[in-house]
Amino acid sequence: MTEVLKRDEVVAARGVRVTFGAVKALDGADLVIHSGECVGLVGHNGAGKSTIVNVINGGLTPHEGTITYGGQDERGISAARANGVRCVFQELSLCPNLTVTENARIMHPDLKGWNWRSGALALVEAHLQEIFPGHSIDGDSTVDDLSIAERQMVEIAISFAGTDKKPKLVILDEPTSSLDAGLAAQLMAYIRKFVSEGGSVLLISHILGEILSTSDRIVVMKDGRVTADRAAGEFSTRSLVEAMGNVVREQEWARAAATKTGEPVLSMPPRRGHGLAFEAYRGEMIGLAGLGGHGQTEALLDLYLDRNSNWWPTRRREIAFVAGDRSLNGTFPLWSILKNLSVASLGQLSTNRMVDRMREETLGESWKKRIEIRTPDMDNRILSLSGGNQQKVLFARALATTADIVLMDDPMRGVDIGTKQEVYDILRSEAANGRTFIWYSTEMDEIRLCDRVYVFREGAIMEELIGEDITEKNILAASFSEGAAA
Amino acid sequence: MTPHRFLLGKPWIWSFAATVIVWIITVLFTGGASSFGLSQAALTFAAFSVIVGIGQMFVITLGPGNIDLSVPATMTLSGTLALKLMDVQDGMILVGLLASIGIGLIVGLGNYVLIKLLRIPPIIATLSMSFIIQSVAIWSNRGLRIKPPEMLANFTTSDLFGIPNVALVAFLLSVLAWVLLEKSIYGRWISAIGQSMFAARMASIPVDGTRLVTYMLCAVLAALCGYLLASFSGGAALNMGSEYLLLSIAVVVIGGTAVAGGNSNIPGIWGASLFLFLVVSMLNTYGFGAGFRLILTGLIIIVVILLAGGRQSFR
Repeated sequence: MTEVLKRDEVVAARGVRVTFGAVKALDGADLVIHSGECVGLVGHNGAGKSTIVNVINGGLTPHEGTITYGGQDERGISAARANGVRCVFQELSLCPNLTVTENARIMHPDLKGWNWRSGALALVEAHLQEIFPGHSIDGDSTVDDLSIAERQMVEIAISFAGTDKKPKLVILDEPTSSLDAGLAAQLMAYIRKFVSEGGSVLLISHILGEILSTSDRIVVMKDGRVTADRAAGEFSTRSLVEAMGNVVREQEWARAAATKTGEPVLSMPPRRGHGLAFEAYRGEMIGLAGLGGHGQTEALLDLYLDRNSNWWPTRRREIAFVAGDRSLNGTFPLWSILKNLSVASLGQLSTNRMVDRMREETLGESWKKRIEIRTPDMDNRILSLSGGNQQKVLFARALATTADIVLMDDPMRGVDIGTKQEVYDILRSEAANGRTFIWYSTEMDEIRLCDRVYVFREGAIMEELIGEDITEKNILAASFSEGAAA
Repeated sequence: MTPHRFLLGKPWIWSFAATVIVWIITVLFTGGASSFGLSQAALTFAAFSVIVGIGQMFVITLGPGNIDLSVPATMTLSGTLALKLMDVQDGMILVGLLASIGIGLIVGLGNYVLIKLLRIPPIIATLSMSFIIQSVAIWSNRGLRIKPPEMLANFTTSDLFGIPNVALVAFLLSVLAWVLLEKSIYGRWISAIGQSMFAARMASIPVDGTRLVTYMLCAVLAALCGYLLASFSGGAALNMGSEYLLLSIAVVVIGGTAVAGGNSNIPGIWGASLFLFLVVSMLNTYGFGAGFRLILTGLIIIVVILLAGGRQSFR
């Protein structure tokens, strides 16, 4: 059996390990794609899907393990392209200032000569017509003028197009995220046709219906490993969701018994005109769950900015924010730890708008003890701290304010487990004192600490889970659309 | 830790060291005869660049891209209108001062309206604003050269125990600015905004309000400087502010304020202002022309930025 399959291998990654610092993105993952099959790849956030895609397309060199194209051991993006591997990324990678045909020229360097434009136009139009019959995209229009769906269609068409040699493997990362049901169905039909002609497709999608109906084989990833690799027919929506998560672990926390008491302290109408409205009550710990980038951070920013003037100092702080995302960093790099901690509570530390240094130092010392910031001197620069301790300072900054509501934007990313436990304890006791926490997290263990969870999908709140219903299975089921309604 | 902390904490030491060296060289050349006169002149002219420099420093602290190029035009308009309003009457001195401050407030507001509402980068917004201000100054001046009120002219040109009065005014303003910067909430806010606008916004700092106040503060200081300079030199002239465009930025940069924002330095402005004046008088004493002086000023700024850049990489 192995003899036959090895000849048909398009790409094989075996025993691949990739680490980013202390984070194991891939921990010995195997993924073999044969010609003439469509492989569906599913998994929760951080399971390693994008990392393995980047290993296959040559963008990342694995620290351990082998990667072979058609049985040959080769490395790099150009080797992957030479072996017919094409990739359609979720974040669209067309140049917005160029026309459709010019973008095709970038992807296909062999469109050469004085008349390459007509060659490119013919190529793009032929493939658009083949994949999305009845489309209305003009090949000479600038990408900027196209809608998001049209851009996605163009990118897919360009990737499936081949001048001299046809692509052997096309990787589609969330290809239908901006397509409506009709266009998605056309694409799925085309994938089947492409596969039946001997091509292969690696399909990544959060719409499980698509994966189940289109793939021949489904690979499930979790924590950098492949946990299931079976024929698509053996899965149902339910068993697929179960394969993505682990078995529900026992609850470590006693949740606040009574929630939703009195008037909501914070509320927001349904986002993007559909889904559920957001409400938060005093003393609650609310989790925002769902796949990464489905509108949780935007919801937090909206909640915050609506209640915070950009022009006048606020008399009484009612809301505080803990940033976590590395790109939206909350630290002030030139400042000491103490100044970073006190910046949000300057109002309560001053007399006549002049900062009282003594009161500031007292506040710093008390939080240094309480949250265990590991530094000999609070006047040391913030950058002298480790990432986890910097994050603790950001927590202390928010908790030191008089704000009743604390918003947290995935604040524990990249923080070690010991620090996490310390912070969880503080959050619990603060919540018991009547503070409300709204917590976006990509980690299932943290979401399960919350009293109530809103699951986001495509920018809106799709599901509300309370108490015992907050399980990995339920959250996954709500984060992945079942396809029919999409 | 300690050595680089020292360098970061006291970058103004260099500008004072350079000032002392240039002073000694100049005095040696003239055989020591001019040392008192030179010091007094240096303090007087440094005072004007300190006043505009402080305003510019607050703006530069707001972070990359923040700069006020309307400073020279504001000085001219303020000097022109204040002298016209006071019309050589001693009783109108205070009214003239208030008018200057008013002009500063309006210019600062106008600058930030352009920056914020029309989303123009500060460098272009303040430059276009300066054309408007300069045109108003030309239109209202019409070649008139009105003398300042007697009392005001005497005040700006005389001294107290050998220290020029304008230098005392500049010193007083520096102390106020230092308190504002180091001790007040506002000072923390502008430093925070200069380091990361997003982080500042998320720490509930009213970013737009703070920036507006800063642009207004800068314009008020420029207007005040124009008022004093016009009184000192016996009348306003349409080009009286022009050399302060480069000077206001140069003293901030040479004084050790981070060009990238977030970190500012008031003692350094004094050192840099004295230094630049002394370099000019040294070159004058040695008989170099105006062109060479400008080349040298440019070179000094480049060298200081290079050195400052080198210091940052220690972190």
